[in-house]
Amino acid sequence: MKAIIATTIFGVIMMFAGLMVSNKKSIVAIATMLFAALLGVNIWDLTATSADAANNLYFNNMLRIEHYSMWFNTLMTGCTLLYALLMGKEIIKVGMHVAEYFALIFFILCGLYLLSTYNNMLMMFIGIEILSIPQYILAGSDKRNLKSSEASLKYFLMGSFTTGILLMGITLLYGASRSFNIMEIASMLNSDALNPLALAGILFIMIAFAFKVSAAPMHMWTPDVYDGSPTPFTAYMSTVLKAAAFFAFLRLFQVSFNTLSAHWTLILAIITAATLLVGNVTAVFQQSVKRMLAYSSIAQAGFMLFAVLAVNKFAWQGIIIYAAAYSVATIGLFSVLVKLKDFTYDGFNGLAKKEPFLAFTASIFLFSLAGIPLTGGFMAKYYVLLAVVQQGQLMWLVIFALLMAAISVFYYFRVIIAMYFKPGNPEMSSTLTTGDKLMLGITCALVILIGVAPQLFLNGI
Amino acid sequence: MGVTTWLRGVAKLEGLTRVLGLNFFDFMILILLIVIPLLSGILSFAIKGDGAKTLGIISSVISLALAVYVSSTNFSQPISYSHEWIPMLGTQFSLMADGMSGMLVLLTAIVTMVVMISNANKETENAGAFYGFMLLSQAGLMGVFLAADALVFYVFWELALIPVYFLCSRWGGEKRIAVTFKFFVYTFVGSLMLLAALIYLSLQTPGLSSYAWSDIARAGASLPEIVQIRLFWLVFIAFAIKMPIFPFHTWQPDTYEQSPTPVTIILSALMVKMGLFAVLHWLLPVLPKGVAYWSDTVVLLSVIGIVYASCIAIVQTDIKRLIAYSSIAHMGLMSAVAFMHSGVGMHGIMVQMFNHGINITGMWLIVSMVEERWGTRDMTKMGGMATVAPRMAIAMVIISLANIALPLTNGFVGEFMLFNGLFTGDGGAMHIGVMVVAGLGIILGAVYTLNMIQKSAYGNVTEMVVKKDLSINEYAGLAIIISLILFLGVYPKPLLDLTAGVAEMIVR
Repeated sequence: MKAIIATTIFGVIMMFAGLMVSNKKSIVAIATMLFAALLGVNIWDLTATSADAANNLYFNNMLRIEHYSMWFNTLMTGCTLLYALLMGKEIIKVGMHVAEYFALIFFILCGLYLLSTYNNMLMMFIGIEILSIPQYILAGSDKRNLKSSEASLKYFLMGSFTTGILLMGITLLYGASRSFNIMEIASMLNSDALNPLALAGILFIMIAFAFKVSAAPMHMWTPDVYDGSPTPFTAYMSTVLKAAAFFAFLRLFQVSFNTLSAHWTLILAIITAATLLVGNVTAVFQQSVKRMLAYSSIAQAGFMLFAVLAVNKFAWQGIIIYAAAYSVATIGLFSVLVKLKDFTYDGFNGLAKKEPFLAFTASIFLFSLAGIPLTGGFMAKYYVLLAVVQQGQLMWLVIFALLMAAISVFYYFRVIIAMYFKPGNPEMSSTLTTGDKLMLGITCALVILIGVAPQLFLNGI
Repeated sequence: MGVTTWLRGVAKLEGLTRVLGLNFFDFMILILLIVIPLLSGILSFAIKGDGAKTLGIISSVISLALAVYVSSTNFSQPISYSHEWIPMLGTQFSLMADGMSGMLVLLTAIVTMVVMISNANKETENAGAFYGFMLLSQAGLMGVFLAADALVFYVFWELALIPVYFLCSRWGGEKRIAVTFKFFVYTFVGSLMLLAALIYLSLQTPGLSSYAWSDIARAGASLPEIVQIRLFWLVFIAFAIKMPIFPFHTWQPDTYEQSPTPVTIILSALMVKMGLFAVLHWLLPVLPKGVAYWSDTVVLLSVIGIVYASCIAIVQTDIKRLIAYSSIAHMGLMSAVAFMHSGVGMHGIMVQMFNHGINITGMWLIVSMVEERWGTRDMTKMGGMATVAPRMAIAMVIISLANIALPLTNGFVGEFMLFNGLFTGDGGAMHIGVMVVAGLGIILGAVYTLNMIQKSAYGNVTEMVVKKDLSINEYAGLAIIISLILFLGVYPKPLLDLTAGVAEMIVR
C-alpha cells in the first residue's frame, strides 16, 4: 500500500510547489513526473502483492488487497498520467492555482486507491468522500464563470445529500449484521431469512452509488455539472472518477451482497435499463458536443452497471476493461474537444480538411465509444455483455442494451459526419503542436490495442 | 445429423493435413488474401494523385491471382490457417477456405478488379482516400468469407461496413449523408443482435468459451428447439438486413441510388452476398431446428419480396432504382431457396451468387456509363444508344438478358437450379405455390428489363452530354464481365464443381 502514502505525499508536494514555483509550465512538468513516479509505485505494489490472502490485509483489516484491485489502481494511474500529458496545457488555462488542481487530483487518486481496496464500510465511506470533495472544488475552479460555480454548488449539495443516504444505508446494514467488515457482512446475512433492515440498507447504498455513477433516475446532476465544469476537469470526472465509483460499487455488491442477488438484481436491472434509455435518447437531442458527452457518459454507465449486475468472475474483467477503454477514449475525445473554440456540432464542421490528424483520432475515439470492433470500446462492451449473458437471467436487458447501443451511433456519428462530410472552417482555440499529435497518436494506439489484445490490459485477472 | 458427419469429415481432413505437413504457401495464402488489400488500402491514403489508381489496380490483380489459386485447389482438403488471438475468450484468428468461400473470394477479387479497371478514366476527388476505402472494404469482405471463428467473422462483418459508410457519405449523391446513415444504423442494429447471439452460443460450447465454427455449430445444433427458435431471429436479422429480404430492405434502394457507382457495385455484388453466405454458413448448420421452425415464414417473406420488388421496379423511371429493386427480387429468390432444404437448390444458390455478382456488376457499369453520357438516370429522357454507341448497346443487351436468365447466359444455369430446388425442396404443400409466384417474378423481371433496354437503347437519339462509345478501360471491364457471362452460360462446370461439395454438406 505504498501508493496510498505516495499519492498523499505527492499531493502535499504539489501544494508546496505552488508556493515555490512560479512558472506554470514547470508545475505541469513536476506534476507529470510525479504521476509517472506514482505509476511506478503502483507497479511496485502490484509485484509485491502476495498470493497468500492473510498477508494482504492492511491497517487493522481496514484494507484488503487483491491482484485485480492493484491492477485497477495501476491502470487508472496510467490513465491519469495520460490525462496529464494530454491535458496539461489546458489545465493551465483554467485558472490561477494550477498546482492546487494537481494536488487535488493526487488526493482524488488516494480516494480511488481506498475505494478499490476497502475491506470495511467505513473505509469505503472515507474513500468516497476523499474522491468527491476535490471533485466539488475542481468543478468550481473556473471562478469567473458562473456556470462553473453553479456546477460546483449543485454537485456539492446533491453529493452531500447522497452521502447522508449512504451513511444511513451503512448504519442499517450494521444494525442487521453487527459489522462494518464487508467479508463478515457477507457471512452474517442470510438470503432466505433476510432482515428487512439489511434490505433497506442495501437499497440505500445502491441509491447512493447510483448517484455517484450517475445512473438514472439519480443522474440529473450529471449534464449540468459536466457541462459547467472546466472541460479538462470534466474529462477527468467523467472517466477515472466514474470508474472508481463503479469499482467500489462492484466490490461491495460482489463481496457482500453476492448471495443476496435475488433481492436486488431486478431493481438494479431496472435502474440499468432506465440509465441506458435516458442517456442514449437524451444524448441524441443535444446540440453541444460537451453536453452530448455528458449524456454519453450516462449511457456508458448503463453498460458498466452490467458488470455489477453480473456478479461473476467476468464482472471484474468487464469493469476493468470497460474502465480502461472508456477512460482512454473519452479523455482522448475531450482533448480533441478542448482544441476547438466552439463546442457545438457545427464547431466540428470541416475539421477533417483543416486538421486531418485531429479528425482521424477523434473518429477512432468515437468508434470506440460506439463499440465498433477492433477498438477498445467493442471489447469493453463485449466483456460486460459476456458477464451478463453468462449470468443467464437478463437476456431481455442485453437485447434492450444493444438496441440502445445502436441509438448511440446517432450522436457519435454526428460528430464524424460534421468533421468529414460538412463544409466549414472550425476555429481552433490553440494550435496543434507535434507533441499534441504524438500524444493523440499514442492514445489512439492504446484504444486500438485494447481492442485487439484485451488480455494485455487484464494482466491475468 | 448432417452437421456432425460433416464436422467429423472436416476434423479428419485437418488431421490429415497436419500429418502431411502444410505447404507454406497454402498456409499463408489466406492471410495474404486479406493482408494485401488491407496494406495497399492503408498505403493508398498516403498517396496523392493518380498513384492510388495504379496501386488499386495492381493490388486487385494480385488478389485475383491469389483468389484464382485458392479456388482452383480441389477442396477435398480445405485450406486453413489458425493463430492464437485472445486465448481467454477462446477465440482464435482462424481462417478456412472451402468451395463456397473459395467461390466468393474469387467473385470479390474479380468484381474489385473490374471496378478498378472501369474506374480508371474517372476523376475522383481525393482519390487516395477513395481507393484506400475501396481496398479496405475488399479486405473486410475477404475476411468475412474466410473466417472460421465467430468473433473473427463478426469483426470483419463490421469492418467491411465502415469503409463503405465513408465511401457513400463522402462521394455519394445529394441526399447521401442521411441515406447512408440509415443504412449504417440498420446494419449496425442487426450486427449487435448477432453479437448477443454469438456470445450466447459461445457460452454453450464445451469449456464455456469457444468461437471456432465447428464448436459453435455443434453447440447450436444441440440446443433445445425452443431456444433455437428464439435465437433464430437474433442471428437472422443481421443477415436479413444485409441481403436484404422484405421487409428489411428499405435502406437498399436509397443507398444504391445515392452511392457512387463503384460503391454500389461493392454493395450489391458483394456485400449482399455476405448476408446470404452468412445464412448458409453461420445459420443453417448452427440452428437447424430454429431454421426448420421459421423456414415457412422466411420463404413467405422472400416471395413477397420478389413480387413486391418486381412490381415497384416496373414503375421506376430511374434506372439505378430499377436495378436496385431487381436486385431485391433476385436475392429474394435465393433466400427462399436457402430455406427450402434442397440439394439442387443449395447448389443453385452458390452458382447464382456468383452469377448475380457478375451480372449486377455489369448492369451497374452500364448504368454509370449511361449516366455519364446522358447526364441523367431518367429512362424517359434517354434513347438511341444503339445508334450513337452501338458497342455499349450490345453490352447492355447481353448483360440484361443474363440478368433475366436467358438460356446460354450464366443467369440461366443458376436460375434453373433454383427453380428445380423450389420444386424438389420440402416446402410442403407450399412449394408449388412458391414456385408459381417466384416464376411470376421472372416474368415481371423480363418486363422491366426489356422495357429499360427499349427506352434507353432504341428510339430516337436524345440530347447527350458526352457523345462517344466505350473507352478502352470501359471496354476491358465489360469484356471481362461478358466473357464470364457467356463462358459460364455455355460451360458452367467449373463453377458447379467448385461448389458441389459444400452445397451437399449444408443440406445434409
